[in-house]
Amino acid sequence: MECKWVQTTCPYCACGCGLILLAIDGEIVDTLPSRTSPTNKGTLCIKGWNVHEFVQHKDRLKKPLIRNGGSFRETSWDEALGYAARELRRIRDTYGPDAIGILTSARCTNEENYILQKFSRATLGTNNVDHCARL
Amino acid sequence: MTNSFDELAEAECIFAIGSNTTIAHPIVSSRLFRCRKNGGTLIVVDPRKTEISRSADIHVQHRLGTDVALINGLMHIIHKNGWHNQEFIQERTEGFEELIATVEAYTPDRVAEITGVDTETLARVAKIYAQSQTSAIIYCLGITQHTTAVDNVKSLANLSMLCGQIGRPSTGVNPLRGQNNVQGACDMGGLPNVYPGYQAVTVPENRKKFENAWGRELPPNVGLTIMEMMGGCLDGKIKGMVILGENPVMSDPDSRHVKEALLSTEFFMAIDIFPTPTTAVAHLVLPAASFVEVDGTFTNSERRVQRVRKVIDPMAGKTNWQIIQELSTLLDYPMHYESAEEIFNEMASLTPSFAGISYPRLNEKGICWPCPNPDHPGSPILHVGKFTRGRGLFHAIEFKPPAEAPDDEYPFWMTTGTERAHYLTATMTRRCIHLDREMPELATDLNPADAKKMNIRDGDTVRVTSRRGTLLSKVWVTDRVKPGVVFMPLHFEEAAANLLTNPAMDPISKTPEYKVCAVRVEKVD
Ligand code: SF4
Repeated sequence: MECKWVQTTCPYCACGCGLILLAIDGEIVDTLPSRTSPTNKGTLCIKGWNVHEFVQHKDRLKKPLIRNGGSFRETSWDEALGYAARELRRIRDTYGPDAIGILTSARCTNEENYILQKFSRATLGTNNVDHCARL
Repeated sequence: MTNSFDELAEAECIFAIGSNTTIAHPIVSSRLFRCRKNGGTLIVVDPRKTEISRSADIHVQHRLGTDVALINGLMHIIHKNGWHNQEFIQERTEGFEELIATVEAYTPDRVAEITGVDTETLARVAKIYAQSQTSAIIYCLGITQHTTAVDNVKSLANLSMLCGQIGRPSTGVNPLRGQNNVQGACDMGGLPNVYPGYQAVTVPENRKKFENAWGRELPPNVGLTIMEMMGGCLDGKIKGMVILGENPVMSDPDSRHVKEALLSTEFFMAIDIFPTPTTAVAHLVLPAASFVEVDGTFTNSERRVQRVRKVIDPMAGKTNWQIIQELSTLLDYPMHYESAEEIFNEMASLTPSFAGISYPRLNEKGICWPCPNPDHPGSPILHVGKFTRGRGLFHAIEFKPPAEAPDDEYPFWMTTGTERAHYLTATMTRRCIHLDREMPELATDLNPADAKKMNIRDGDTVRVTSRRGTLLSKVWVTDRVKPGVVFMPLHFEEAAANLLTNPAMDPISKTPEYKVCAVRVEKVD
C-alpha cells in the first residue's frame, strides 16, 4: 500500500488555505488543514474539508470529445490536438489572429495562465485574452 | 489587497462593504471576529442581512446600488467635522479640492434619502472610520458587480486617503477576490491590455522585452474583453474561441446570450475537468487536469503566492500546460517546458514584481508580491510611504443609479450571491455529497411583509421574471432581505439566476451588473 501526504493550496476561494491531502494507492481519501499555513493556521471551512470528494468523481472527463452532430464521440489526444491545431490555423489564416478569443482561468494555476496568455499572444498573435473574473 | 489577512484582526475598525464574508471567505471572517474580540469595531455595509452583519457593531443596510452616494456622504461628514487627515492629504495625494467640491452636495439629508440610511448612523460610521487609529476597508463582489464598479472602488480609495487609512499595518483597501486565483490570472496577464505583472502591451519597451524573450513579433493593439468577445462572436468578428476551466454559459449575466455567442463560432474548444453547460456547446472538449494533478502556484487575495503540489497523475494523461504546449508546437511555435517550475521561472524573469520569487522560497508560507529580488521578504502591505503612482489621486465621483430600477411591470429589486455550501456555479461543490445535501435546490429570499401581501408561504414555488428570462424557484421567507427586494443564489444549473440578471456593464471594468436588476414575482399553484 502506498500512502502519501501532500501539502497544497485549497482551490475554492481566494483565502488560499493550506491543505494536506492524503492519497492511498493513487486515491485521495482525506483532507486536513495545514497548521503552518499563515492563512488558515490549522482551520478550514466546510468546502475545504470536503475538497477530496470532487477530484476523483466519476463524472470527470477522461478522454477528448469531438462533436458529432448532436452528441460527442470520444477520441484520442492525437486526433483532438490535430483537429484543434487545424481549425485554429485555418481561422487565423483566413480571418486574422484577432478572429480568435482566449479565456484563461481564475481556477487554474499561475503557470497555466501564463502559458495560455503566451499561446494567445505569441503562438496565435492576438491580445484577445481575458478571464471570467469580471463576472 | 493592500494589506494582509492577519492585520485585519488587529484593526481598530473594519469597514466591510459588499462582502458576505462568512459565506464567501470563511477563513477571513475569522479575522473579523477576532478583531471584535480585540475591542475593534466592525461596521458591515450590506443591503442584505447576512450572518456577518448580525455580528457587526453597526449594520448599514443601504439600498441596492447606492454605494457611491453613501461613501460621498461619509466623506462629506468627515470633511465638515475636520476629521480628515490634513497631513496625509498634503504630503501624499492630489485632487483634494475637486473631491471636496463634489462631496459638498452630498449632505446627510440627501444621502439619507438616496440610501435609506438614517443621518445618525451615517455620522457614527463616519466618525469611527475616520478617528480610529487603524481602519481597514474590505470589499467583495457586492462592490464590483455593478455598472458603477470602478466608481465604487475609487470611492473606497477616496475614503481611505481622505483619512490617511492606507499604507500602514491594519489599514488599506482590501478586495476579497471571488475565485481562488483571480489575482493570479490577472497577475499572469490573463487580460487584453497587459502582459504578466501589469506591463501594458501598448508601451513599446514592454513589447520589445517580451518579443525578445519569446522570439516572436507581438500585436501592439489592446485585445477584447470577455463581453466584447461574446459580442464579437455574435457579429461574426470572432470565429474561434478557446476557454480553459471556466463556465461562462452559466456564470455570465444573461447566460442565453453567451450560449448563442459560443454556438455561432466556427470552432469552440473548451478545456475542463467536468462536463458543464459550456462544454456542452463546444466543438471539441479536452479533459483538463485538476489542482491535485499538477504542480504550480495560486495567488490568494493578499497577493500571497503559494504552492500547489501534485498528488496523483493527471487523470486524462496530460497536464493543462502540456496540452497548450503540444498545441503550440503543432502551430509552429514549439514550446519545450519540462516542468511547471520552468514556466514559473520564465515568468519571474520577465516580471519585476515576481523577480525574487522561486519555488524553493515558497515552501510553507508563500510570499506576497511585489518581491523584486531573492533577498526581499515580500510585501504584505502596499503603498507604504508612497503610492505606486507617486501621489495618490482623489477621484471626484457623482452617484449614478443602477442601470435597471423596478417599475410597475417588474416591481421587485433582485440581487444575487453565493450560499455557504457552494462555490460559484457549483460544478465542483455539487459533486461533493456532503455539500449538495446542505442545499440541494434553488430558493429565493423574500421578505415576510411581501410574502404576506402575496399570500406566499415558506417553501411555496414562485415564478421570477425579468426582461431577459423567467424561472421557477422555491421561496424562503426571511428578513435577510428588505421589503421590495429578493435575493437569488447563483449555483443552480437547472435554474440559473443569470437567466434573469442584467448584462449592462461598467464602462471601464466591463463587469456586468449582477447585483441589481428588476423582476416580477408570481405565485405558482
Ligand atoms: S478552506 Fe474554505 S476558506 Fe479556505 S480557501 Fe478553501 S474554501 Fe476558502
